Amino acid sequence: MLELKHVHKVYRVGAFGGGRLRAVRDVNLTVEPGEVVSLIGESGSGKSTIGKMVLGLTRPSAGSITFEGTDITTIRGHSARKEYYRRVQGVFQDPFSCFNPIFKADRVFEMIRTSYFPETSTPVWREKVLDALATVRLDPDNVLGKYPHQLSGGQLQRLLIARALLLDIRLLVADEIISMLDASTRIDVLNLLADLKERGLGILFVTHDLSLGNYVSDRSVILRKGAIAEMGPTSKVFDNPLHPYSRHLLSCVPQLHRTWAEVDAELEADPPEDVVLPVATDDASAPLLEVEEGHFVGIDQG
Amino acid sequence: MTLRVNDLKVYYQTLRGDVHALDGVTFDLADGEIMGLAGESGCGKTTLGKSLIRLDSRMRHVGGTVELDGKDVPVGDDEAMVPFRYHEISLIPQYAMSALNPTRKIGRMVNELLRARGVRPADIADELKRRLELVGLDPDVLDRFPIELSGGMKQRVVMVISTLLNPSLLIADEVTSALDVSTQRAVAESLVEFRDREYVKSMIFVTHDISLVYQMADTIMVMYAGHIVEKASAKTVINEPRHPYTQMLIGALPEVGSTTVQGRLEGIPGTPPGLLDPPTGCRFKDRCPLAFDKCSERPPLVEIEPGHWAACWKTG
Repeated sequence: MLELKHVHKVYRVGAFGGGRLRAVRDVNLTVEPGEVVSLIGESGSGKSTIGKMVLGLTRPSAGSITFEGTDITTIRGHSARKEYYRRVQGVFQDPFSCFNPIFKADRVFEMIRTSYFPETSTPVWREKVLDALATVRLDPDNVLGKYPHQLSGGQLQRLLIARALLLDIRLLVADEIISMLDASTRIDVLNLLADLKERGLGILFVTHDLSLGNYVSDRSVILRKGAIAEMGPTSKVFDNPLHPYSRHLLSCVPQLHRTWAEVDAELEADPPEDVVLPVATDDASAPLLEVEEGHFVGIDQG
Repeated sequence: MTLRVNDLKVYYQTLRGDVHALDGVTFDLADGEIMGLAGESGCGKTTLGKSLIRLDSRMRHVGGTVELDGKDVPVGDDEAMVPFRYHEISLIPQYAMSALNPTRKIGRMVNELLRARGVRPADIADELKRRLELVGLDPDVLDRFPIELSGGMKQRVVMVISTLLNPSLLIADEVTSALDVSTQRAVAESLVEFRDREYVKSMIFVTHDISLVYQMADTIMVMYAGHIVEKASAKTVINEPRHPYTQMLIGALPEVGSTTVQGRLEGIPGTPPGLLDPPTGCRFKDRCPLAFDKCSERPPLVEIEPGHWAACWKTG
């Protein structure tokens, strides 16, 4: 459904834009319908840049991004872009700043109606809104007609997902959507993503938190300095990490029932075998090597 | 006993009345103890950290006492607190990264800070360099501006500065929340190292991340809506929590290795109560599956087994 091929993004940096920063380096990945793909990386790994390029908020410097057969960089003009956003929507990290505090929170639904469904009659639209709210498990009495400050972060985030569901979206880009939510409500939003997946939606789940990435996703992509370090089915990536960077990351994640010392001792007692990593021929390429079926490792960047 | 807090109440003054952010908090902190203070946003954990060092203009000390190393700490008296600050009680603030003055080189800023507290910078220069090396920083950072350092480096600089005068109590407020996982581990481990080397006698580590606190803390105290719900050793809180809130909170955390396929985790239904007009009795009763008639009275924090305190009628 969504396919990224040799995508690069180079930013100009420095006082006069003389410097170059390769934020995304030779990334290839696909998202299928009904699949959650996690993009996991630390700050500066290019995970959000990939999300932005998929949403058309910034253009790739090289490579192609195709969505259901059309290259999205060739989409020109207001109406064509609008059609694209009918099928692809994003939800972002900070639900509090996504709402205008002057208006009631459910205004976001009304705005979708005026721009995409001007012909729909009010009762039909109301039915649609209630349906979307039921999907995200919000009680309409609690959220409709309220101002943003009267709602919690989890409720606002679910309102934004409900808003995206009013359109017949096929792909949702979820960029750090739960990092600002509390532990007790976080899991509800994650479970919601799992529900949406069952309805056939493709989800690109951008996160820095490995345990959250692991919980919902079918496939995981670990990024480092813009290039893919490891990609594969989530169970394989987490149970048998092959790239030294993924192993390092996993050993640093605080776990609930094991301390870091225990994890280190286990690694010491049973060191994993080294894997031959692919070598980049120049600064721009980042080849992947398939170690087992569907499980890739990327270049070593020191 | 380093720190003894007894029935501390701190309210925020607002136009609509008092917000009962900290409503009768009682606990002890032993020498050399690292206590993790965990809870959701708005539970009063940052308020507790702040009230031990400086109340801002909206905060009002309503009742209760704080005792540090046998001396009474006058938390409500801004002037009288001055000798305690930095010398006895020190704080690493939330988002410490933006706590550094961007117009000063770090070395100069440290010197100004020390002079303001009546310490001659020359007496402490060697120790400062030693400690920077201990956390893995080159002493050259003293000649740099904060903008030249990465987030993790700034965090470590602030850590060294805050603990330079060997305070008795260090309050670390969400110090690792803005860091990447690998830097987070390095920072957390250096905090433990500081305790082991007795740079700080005891520490309150405020965080919302329970799995992180389990890695480094000796004890964990869980707060909910201005009350303490449970305090015990880290292992006990994680493996055998007794209070229903702690149990549900830990049950809602996904771990590396848990997936939706193996079974879904459940969140806690409902939202925490507003503290402007808090409910009487147990503040968790509206979301609690075990709630019964008696919960309309506030459950006391009782020691249910040695070192394990919980505030719930069902555990007592």
